[in-house]
Amino acid sequence: MSEATDTGPMLAADGRPLKQSLKRALRAQKLRALMLIAPLLLFVLITFIAPIADMLFRSVENQIVSQTLPRTAQALEDWDSTGGDMPPDDILAAFTYDLVAAAERKDHTRLGTRLNYEMTGISSLFRKTGRRVDDFGEIYRDQFVDLDPAWEKGETWVTLLGDPEWIDEYAAWKAAGGDNEAGAPLFRLKDGIAQVLPETSDAYAQFARIAQVENNDDPSGEEPWAPVYLALYRDLAQGGGIDVASLGLAESALVETTAKEVTRFEAVPLRSLYTDVEDDWADPEVWKTVKTFLPEYTPGYFLSAVDLQKTPDGISAKPENQQLYILLFERTLFMSLVIMGSCVLLGYPIAYLLSNLPMRTSNVLLILVLLPFWTSLLVRTSAWKVLLQQQGVINDVLVWAGIVADDARLVMINNQFGTIVAMTHILLPFMILPLYSVMKTIPPSYVRAAKSLGASNWTAFWRVYFPQSVPGIGAGCILVFILAIGYYITPELVGGTTGTFISNRIAYHISSSLNWGLAAALGTILLAVVLILYWLYDRLVGIDNVSLG
Amino acid sequence: MNSAANDAFVVFDRVQKSYDGETLVVKDLNLSIGKGEFLTMLGPSGSGKTTCLMMLAGFETATHGDILLDGEPINNIPPHKRGIGMVFQNYALFPHMTVAENLAFPLEVRNIGKSAREEKVRRALEMVQMGAFGGRRPAQLSGGQQQRIALARALVFEPELVLMDEPLGALDKQLREHMQFEITRLAHNLGITTVYVTHDQTEALTMSDRVAVFDDGRIQQLAAPDILYEQPENSFVAQFIGENNTLLGTVKEIKDDVALVELDDGELIDAKPVNVSKPGDRTLVSIRPERVEISKDRLSPDAHLVHAEVLEFIYMGDIYRTRLRVAGNEDFVIKTRNAPDQRRLKPGEHIEIGWMPQDCRALDAP
Repeated sequence: MSEATDTGPMLAADGRPLKQSLKRALRAQKLRALMLIAPLLLFVLITFIAPIADMLFRSVENQIVSQTLPRTAQALEDWDSTGGDMPPDDILAAFTYDLVAAAERKDHTRLGTRLNYEMTGISSLFRKTGRRVDDFGEIYRDQFVDLDPAWEKGETWVTLLGDPEWIDEYAAWKAAGGDNEAGAPLFRLKDGIAQVLPETSDAYAQFARIAQVENNDDPSGEEPWAPVYLALYRDLAQGGGIDVASLGLAESALVETTAKEVTRFEAVPLRSLYTDVEDDWADPEVWKTVKTFLPEYTPGYFLSAVDLQKTPDGISAKPENQQLYILLFERTLFMSLVIMGSCVLLGYPIAYLLSNLPMRTSNVLLILVLLPFWTSLLVRTSAWKVLLQQQGVINDVLVWAGIVADDARLVMINNQFGTIVAMTHILLPFMILPLYSVMKTIPPSYVRAAKSLGASNWTAFWRVYFPQSVPGIGAGCILVFILAIGYYITPELVGGTTGTFISNRIAYHISSSLNWGLAAALGTILLAVVLILYWLYDRLVGIDNVSLG
Repeated sequence: MNSAANDAFVVFDRVQKSYDGETLVVKDLNLSIGKGEFLTMLGPSGSGKTTCLMMLAGFETATHGDILLDGEPINNIPPHKRGIGMVFQNYALFPHMTVAENLAFPLEVRNIGKSAREEKVRRALEMVQMGAFGGRRPAQLSGGQQQRIALARALVFEPELVLMDEPLGALDKQLREHMQFEITRLAHNLGITTVYVTHDQTEALTMSDRVAVFDDGRIQQLAAPDILYEQPENSFVAQFIGENNTLLGTVKEIKDDVALVELDDGELIDAKPVNVSKPGDRTLVSIRPERVEISKDRLSPDAHLVHAEVLEFIYMGDIYRTRLRVAGNEDFVIKTRNAPDQRRLKPGEHIEIGWMPQDCRALDAP
């Protein structure tokens, strides 16, 4: 220890490193401080950080497709989407099994809505097909049942495919008086059956579990969906590969005889089943869209948010008539800058006056500045509607004064002008207050000194006073700009079509089109733009140059 | 006293100032300041001294009367055209400019060329021994350094008149004393007229050619420091400047420029009548602590002696400070030099004290 003291860290009296001792001494204090802020910290985390993080996550999240269509996802992976055809029956079969389960869980409409963002029309396609998909394979069912009525019985299926242990467990549970399937042992497949009848076992297991969990039914008492017969047909029709003997059960005879007959069954291509429901299924674009949006995370929302789209061939611009967001972003930025500039021009003289008047007078005027805060935002905005509309106060006065002809009344509302005027008015206090508090701290002796040194009033102001008020301008500008860029209500009310902001579009996607992913992507881009501008400001002006007084 | 009146550079002619229209802050100010003179306006806060300075600088307008600069009335000239250098209380160095930029500012607004400007700035910085600090910001300087820069900035454009508003108030004692010396040296070397405002009487006495003592909006006395200290004209000046012992009494008789004063406890003392005119006047007698003698052999044989009781003895290094009870006044202080033969008085001791009649001034009773 003593060797280390020469070069090593400083030691406290008890021989510990000084830093460690200091940390220990301050720990209780820090802990107490942390406890004090803990409620607020938790509140902010839960109500502010977490929702933002969730929204940011939504902008790339796309699990619904692969979760709802797991088999299709796997099957489509190798599908060559460049051809102009519908996918082959193998893929359609997988899609059928997925879709019937989704329809049973009512998930197919959500999936349709999701894919509809990328290609209009898919939503109704899914909804329509979802109603009919449990009939797909009906034709095979009828032929199986004709061959042997045992195929109609649920018990046949359970003993053929079910794990004997599960059958015992289930029987025991039944005997114990269980009737709520939610507590029952969940259906398990027999060992090795998946190799013998892969599609059938998969499709039936899915059916049995949904029957238990969603419908509270005993699988052995239920006839499976038609698509399960489709799966059985497809397994048996494959022929040669099936080693029925390995089943080693009474049912192997049934399967064996059925397998022999299957080749003579009347078959229907799956494609025609789909095209019978809706011709659009034949459009390869539908399948390309499904394939494109299979991954769990997608840049699709972000691409849409900047007027691009993701296609199987890569990223390309959206058609001219669907481009909207770049224009809206540009307009939002431009108008926020104009509003910020107007606030500086109008607010600076007021703040200057306030800071140079005697306390009593300036307090009264300050209340006038704050007065708008005590009035509802809606009222203030609506007041501008009354003032600015074509039959409104200002136009009436102008017409009365003969400045404007009655048939040429000025259009001052429901356009950019209206938004800029109303928002400048609403955001003005956010400019005046930081300016005022900064100007308040500039001693009058600086201007006096400048004048005594020979500077004229203007020079004294411009060279000495103004540079010292820049931190206030910076703070006011950042406040106003950031508030303006995300403003919603005022542009919504007075913006018309040309004066709306990106936030109005976000609100539309949140509440009307329910495309939260796109809304999240737009919001994320807006957040990024603000952060980039903040960073730029820091680089150009320096964030130390911002002061709220 | 008006030796400077002939070549008066700054003249206040019956100047009055009121802020609220009800009370006068400055009441009938008449003052002439000679060229090259160092004049200090001294007074307690609220006495109107800063207002006078601000009127001269042009930041306040006189309610009545004229202010003349070099013979011209300047009442209607805006401050930036008066060409008066000014040092502010908190220096008022522009925080967003470097020291050199601060100094160049008055030259820039006077459209002086870049090279001449740089030369003047360099010389001004050297004048205050701050040549290496041109690139710093005011916030990076110590108080004393800022003070020097403020001084250099007020002088860099070579004004004939410089105003200083309590420029040393924010400095510690040692630095203040050093800067007092620097400022007077600079002012005399450059031959500029200086008007200096302070409430610190030591500063006023050590720096000035003349001191104007302000109270209640009037100049109470305008005189050279030694005259002000030794011959105060009224009780305010006597009490404001330096330490003073005061005794209340009544004039018994005035004869040969010596007044016989009967103190309130009946003792008789000699005093120089300053503003008492006739026997029977109430008077405040003032004696400086260092002019009180405790050994009789230094006084004239016929001097009146006063009885005193020692209350407290304080050893202060160079002097002894002894508090006495004299004629009922328990705050009577005397200062004696710390010399080998000097007596150290003990509390409780009864002694006789006296003074030369001319050191004891009979002033107006408040």
